[in-house]
Amino acid sequence: MSQAQAILSVTGRGLPVRGDDIDTDRIMPARFLKAVSFEGLERHVFEDDRAADPWHPFNDARYKGASILVVNRNFGCGSSREHAPQGLARFGIAAVVGESFSEIFQGNAAVMGLPCFAADRESIDRLQSIVEKTPEVTITADVQSGVVTAGDVRIRASLPSALRDAFVSGQWNPTAMLLDRFEEVREVATRLPYVTGF
Amino acid sequence: MANTLFHKVWDTHTVRRLPSGQTQLFAGLHLIHEVTSPQAFDMLRQHGWRVAFPERTFATVDHIVPTSSQRRPFLDVMAEEMTVALERNCREFGIPFWPPDHENQGIVHVIGPELGLTQPGMVIACGDSHTSTHGAFGAIAFGIGTSQVRDVLASQSLALDPLKVRRIDVNGRLNPGVYAKDVILTIIRRLGVRGGVGYAYEYGGDTIDRMSLEERMTICNMSIEGGARAGYVNPDDTTFAFLKGRRFAPQGAAFDRAVAWWRSLASDANAGYDDRVGLTAGSIEPTVTWGINPGQSVGVGERIDGDARDEAFAFMGFHPGDRVAGTKIDVAFIGSCTNSRLSDLEEAARIVRGHKVAPHVKALVVPGSRTVSQAAEARGLHEIFRSAGFEWRGAGCSMCLAMNPDRLEGRQICASSSNRNFKGRQGSPTGRTLLMSPAMVAAAAIAGEVVDVRTMLDEVTA
Repeated sequence: MSQAQAILSVTGRGLPVRGDDIDTDRIMPARFLKAVSFEGLERHVFEDDRAADPWHPFNDARYKGASILVVNRNFGCGSSREHAPQGLARFGIAAVVGESFSEIFQGNAAVMGLPCFAADRESIDRLQSIVEKTPEVTITADVQSGVVTAGDVRIRASLPSALRDAFVSGQWNPTAMLLDRFEEVREVATRLPYVTGF
Repeated sequence: MANTLFHKVWDTHTVRRLPSGQTQLFAGLHLIHEVTSPQAFDMLRQHGWRVAFPERTFATVDHIVPTSSQRRPFLDVMAEEMTVALERNCREFGIPFWPPDHENQGIVHVIGPELGLTQPGMVIACGDSHTSTHGAFGAIAFGIGTSQVRDVLASQSLALDPLKVRRIDVNGRLNPGVYAKDVILTIIRRLGVRGGVGYAYEYGGDTIDRMSLEERMTICNMSIEGGARAGYVNPDDTTFAFLKGRRFAPQGAAFDRAVAWWRSLASDANAGYDDRVGLTAGSIEPTVTWGINPGQSVGVGERIDGDARDEAFAFMGFHPGDRVAGTKIDVAFIGSCTNSRLSDLEEAARIVRGHKVAPHVKALVVPGSRTVSQAAEARGLHEIFRSAGFEWRGAGCSMCLAMNPDRLEGRQICASSSNRNFKGRQGSPTGRTLLMSPAMVAAAAIAGEVVDVRTMLDEVTA
């Protein structure tokens, strides 16, 4: 396995998507899960929301090329489909800054190298407003310090400590770690009565 | 030290603390299906990894299978390709697979329990958020993404952070016409769709104690809709009686030893919880969602409260102060991993018997598995549904998520026994879902509009 890269910070322009409880069915409608690969998912991110709303931020040319998604509460709730963060990443999103995330979404995003930063409502509102007013503003989200800057605005936005450490050490893709001391996995298996047949 | 089931199971399955600070947790049972696994197998091949414990993973097809005709090859070319891919992957890596025409086929969260694969004290993983269902047996069950499916295949383990535990007590008698579905919808309404983030929900209290395993599965199934990644009920005699004699359950003397171990895992009476919440069963009404997330619900007799600017009102066509009762429906769907088991179908059939589906309603019953289907047919339930005008379908996920031919069209309104009322969930970007119990769906199908099932129960019991 190729050595994963440390992800210390993400810099880019912002893409604000307002609204609480945006579920993964909205991010990636189920019909696009009919596939045996993740290829091409970037074309279908928020497809139905975009069709219903010509003003949807993903339709807005001012945000073209943006890489930092700025969202509200409980982003990515619902289905565990990794197709949602896969679609976002393939679209060009490299970090998400929001009020809160569903745990499954945040975990799926992390193992793909996509950090999800959490900040309070007021900070997120400020960040969204700045980006809406000045789409060209450069945002930097720093993993280790948990500071997100946009122009001269600076907000606190943190990652769960284990995920933060995983990004900093480059160990955000855990498979190699999980296989590293496989004999210990076998040991646990031999201790579990349902594995050994009671 | 007094402990919760969650912590006991977590500790017995902990392999080690990873350098990242997360816990490496052994996953004792892994269930896979056609939608979230093909990319995981590709990743294995890419890295030259094998499946660590092929005998601890079980596969079936559920999301994409058509429910009208399940003859192969499927008419939908992509559905056929996904099924073939799963067959090929399972053969290559030595994983047991139940194809669409096998007697064990069905929704993963229905067949795991009915085969006795799901047992107390296990850590269970599946690439599907409704894996929380299996917590009904006193297992800790996590919905995972595809990269984690890869991790479980390669290492039989997961990198996770521990959850806090919230105890939810439900006490008292449920009124007639009020079901497990109403209990969980009420819990989510009260705690919110993000109230459970960071928590596992432990459901208890005498109402839950009296429930069957099928009812407990309905409750645990929707834990994720309340934001809780896992939900469980402590194992008890009801659990053990359910498991006894099932194909993959321990047999003979081993069963007795298993029961002793299972009992020891239940939360201790004086265990501490990170939070506690209580509900009175008698105050719960038949509950219906009116909005675009499962927390937006009301009692069937209640008026909708909320901010008119909430996008849910415009999308659904409701206004603050409206009642959901009286809403004309286009489709009635009884099925999904939440409510497609035998007792769900029996209760719906009790309402339907002797009635006709309203002429403008398309109504379908989709059993959760072939086993459920056969048991229902042995009881003549299919005839009750058919003669009322319901379609009686083959097993699968069907209209819960519309990855198969069953879907809403345009702005249709569906009375649905499923778990999610998200925008577009049932296949039409503008389609509308009203979640409710199977009995309430049956009543709505007959009335042609949302009604209080209790008005029809009076007739049934009279």
